[in-house]
Amino acid sequence: MNTIVCIKQVPDTEELQKVKIDPQTNTLIREGVPGIINPFDENAIEEALRLKEKKGGNVTVLSMGPSQAEESLRKALAMGVDGAVLLSDRLFAGSDTLATSYTLAMAIKRIGPFDLILLGKQAIDGDTAQVGPGLAEWLNLPQVTYARKIEVNENKIRVERVLEDAFEVVESPLPALVTVTKDINEPRYPSLRGLLRAKAEKIPIWAAEDLPLDKRKIGLEGSPTQVVKIFIPKPPKRGEILSGEISQVVDKLILEIEKRRTI
Amino acid sequence: MRKIKIIIEKCTGCEKCLPSCPFSAIRIENKKVRILDNCNLCGACIDACPFRAIVLEKEKIRVDLSSYRGVWIFAEQRKGEIMPVTYELLGVGRTLANDLGAELSVFLLGSHMKGKAEEFLNYDLEKIYLIEDPLLNSYRTDLYTQAIVDSVNLKRPEVILMGATSLGRDLAPRVATRLQTGLTADCTGLEIDKKERNLIQTRPALGGNIMARIISPRHRPQIATVRPKVMRRARPGHSKKGEIIEINPTFSQNNEAVKIITLIREEKETVDLQEAEIIVSGGRGLGKPENFSLIRKLADLLGGAVGASRAVVDAGWIQPYHQVGQTGKTVQPKLYIACGISGAIQHQVGMRTSEVIVAINKDPEAPIFNIATYGIVEDLHKFLPILIEKLEKKGKS
Ligand SMILES: Cc1cc2nc3c(=O)[nH]c(=O)nc-3n(C[C@H](O)[C@H](O)[C@H](O)COP(=O)(O)OP(=O)(O)OC[C@H]3O[C@@H](n4cnc5c(N)ncnc54)[C@H](O)[C@@H]3O)c2cc1C
Ligand SMILES: Cc1cc2nc3c(=O)[nH]c(=O)nc-3n(C[C@H](O)[C@H](O)[C@H](O)COP(=O)(O)OP(=O)(O)OC[C@H]3O[C@@H](n4cnc5c(N)ncnc54)[C@H](O)[C@@H]3O)c2cc1C
Ligand code: SF4
Ligand code: SF4
Repeated sequence: MNTIVCIKQVPDTEELQKVKIDPQTNTLIREGVPGIINPFDENAIEEALRLKEKKGGNVTVLSMGPSQAEESLRKALAMGVDGAVLLSDRLFAGSDTLATSYTLAMAIKRIGPFDLILLGKQAIDGDTAQVGPGLAEWLNLPQVTYARKIEVNENKIRVERVLEDAFEVVESPLPALVTVTKDINEPRYPSLRGLLRAKAEKIPIWAAEDLPLDKRKIGLEGSPTQVVKIFIPKPPKRGEILSGEISQVVDKLILEIEKRRTI
Repeated sequence: MRKIKIIIEKCTGCEKCLPSCPFSAIRIENKKVRILDNCNLCGACIDACPFRAIVLEKEKIRVDLSSYRGVWIFAEQRKGEIMPVTYELLGVGRTLANDLGAELSVFLLGSHMKGKAEEFLNYDLEKIYLIEDPLLNSYRTDLYTQAIVDSVNLKRPEVILMGATSLGRDLAPRVATRLQTGLTADCTGLEIDKKERNLIQTRPALGGNIMARIISPRHRPQIATVRPKVMRRARPGHSKKGEIIEINPTFSQNNEAVKIITLIREEKETVDLQEAEIIVSGGRGLGKPENFSLIRKLADLLGGAVGASRAVVDAGWIQPYHQVGQTGKTVQPKLYIACGISGAIQHQVGMRTSEVIVAINKDPEAPIFNIATYGIVEDLHKFLPILIEKLEKKGKS
């Protein structure tokens, strides 16, 4: 059972409050903001490790990002994965989800044979949830999104998916690609031994020329979508105190609630 | 259109191109390379050949954008019922189509959907594409993708809108990737740049803390998923000017399918907090665990989900699943009612982008009031029972 887990480094939630926008390029200024592994991707790593504990095989993590994303890969190594690869090149900058999934697909080609690819259900910064299905398409794999449980039997997986108002059990042949929700498990903390090992490990960094890719399909040029403007939404009006007789206040509140419920 | 071509005289049969193909579409036969039908025209093999025997032929460098016309709305159905978001898409789709001076169409996949297709005749639209096959009865990523991509290639719409539901967000990226075009996720605003015919898409990112405006100027169709319950619904009651057009899909291979085993509806208790439109949250101000029944009752009456502060989760009053905040869930409902929650910064980051925030707290200095749309300085043990009683009465009448 060989698993590849794609992880993205994202800014820490507390830092989300302080995100800045470069007015010239309309991109997010991330330098200096400490990065964490996208929370759902930690669940994906945990799941890969659990499957490995049951079925053997190895787990490789893969991330595309600036060189500081190496910290996230090291954390994954400390959690217990067998290998890590960083895709980092100025040519990858500005990738939208089409270019990102293409680049990841080409790197997976180079990593070699696998049974399962795991991703988080979405990244907490870009929030698109598009990289998983996009990657499955490039690799021509069956996809199962929003998993909260994965069981492997022989050459098949049985997955519970979380939908809006229900959940669904599906079966897919392997190899396959699965994106996971937070409900699937509780990620472990790195062990001391893991931390020491991770520190010593050499993480290969692959640039565009290390991959068999079409340069027109990566980075800004390979990205059909263009972010033309980023802005901070106007904060809604806040701070009105409803005062008066308690039953009047209740009535006022009910009126407001009802306004919100009808579209 | 793009085409991959082999200059057969140059090929030495060295096999260097084999590993470069992500789709295993290259075979060597009699010491010469052959490209199979599943070639995706990705071009990855071109640079792999040291003899430049593989070339990509392009008739035009740019896609001819002008051959794409019209706005398409995906009619999402589950078990034969049309999902409400479809009518919201029809509402905004009409405006976009008018601004483009183009047709508005809906496309519907399934089997035995003729009746549903006819219902769309009551709406202000030009065409209804009915894509029927027994295999399309319930949603399957692979077959839906293929049927949609084939129909799009046939009819060439310039804009496609799909609901940002669990189904839409599973399907749209697969379709967009196969079409090699742009996809914008979870949009809350859509407009047309009339001059360039670009769709200007506005969407929240970073958990709603920033908004991005996105275009796909060099690619058609422009595809967007649209957040449910944001756009105004189209209303029926139009003279029947629309026309139903049937498209018969053909499927090549479908052996690698994901099979649905069961679909289980869960109890309300586990309504996904992040999907909920209304959240009623309780904190330490409830006084004791039993008082969470007030929160549950109110959430039930409003059709919402139950949230909590970390203080009460740590105290074991409620499952961790319900925790909102930095170490819990980030939520963005239309209405967030915080009861007996002080509003520590770690709680705020998980809920401050809610559309309307109501805070009930007996301490007028509680920080939650700084971000509340409506603050109510009261003892919740007095206030909530009255609110619940009045809502119950309303529900009955
Ligand atoms: C404000 C803003 C809005 C944007 N909107 C869009 C848009 O609408 N459409 C669009 O195409 N692009 C958009 N982008 C670009 C998009 O954020 C990037 O392409 C990003 O690299 C991947 O998208 P995501 O963060 O949404 O990831 P998601 O698709 O939400 O991520 C899902 C999973 O994919 C994996 N993954 C994602 N990125 C990587 C990576 N770099 N390395 C390894 N694994 C990864 C992780 O497992 C992750 O959990 C936007 C960018 C910004 C800044
Ligand atoms: C690293 C870190 C991460 C954290 N992550 C989270 C997180 O994810 N989510 C989270 O919520 N917290 C988080 N916290 C904890 C946070 O700092 C607060 O301690 C917590 O949110 C307080 O919960 P509370 O509002 O329920 O309790 P309190 O702060 O004790 O507030 C209780 C409130 O109830 C009011 N009250 C009391 N009685 C009544 C009554 N009868 N009627 C009306 N009002 C009444 C009081 O005036 C008071 O304002 C985190 C803390 C740290 C350090
Ligand atoms: S196409 Fe190029 S690399 Fe492939 S077999 Fe022919 S000569 Fe060798
Ligand atoms: S273009 Fe892509 S799919 Fe086609 S043969 Fe070359 S590598 Fe394979």
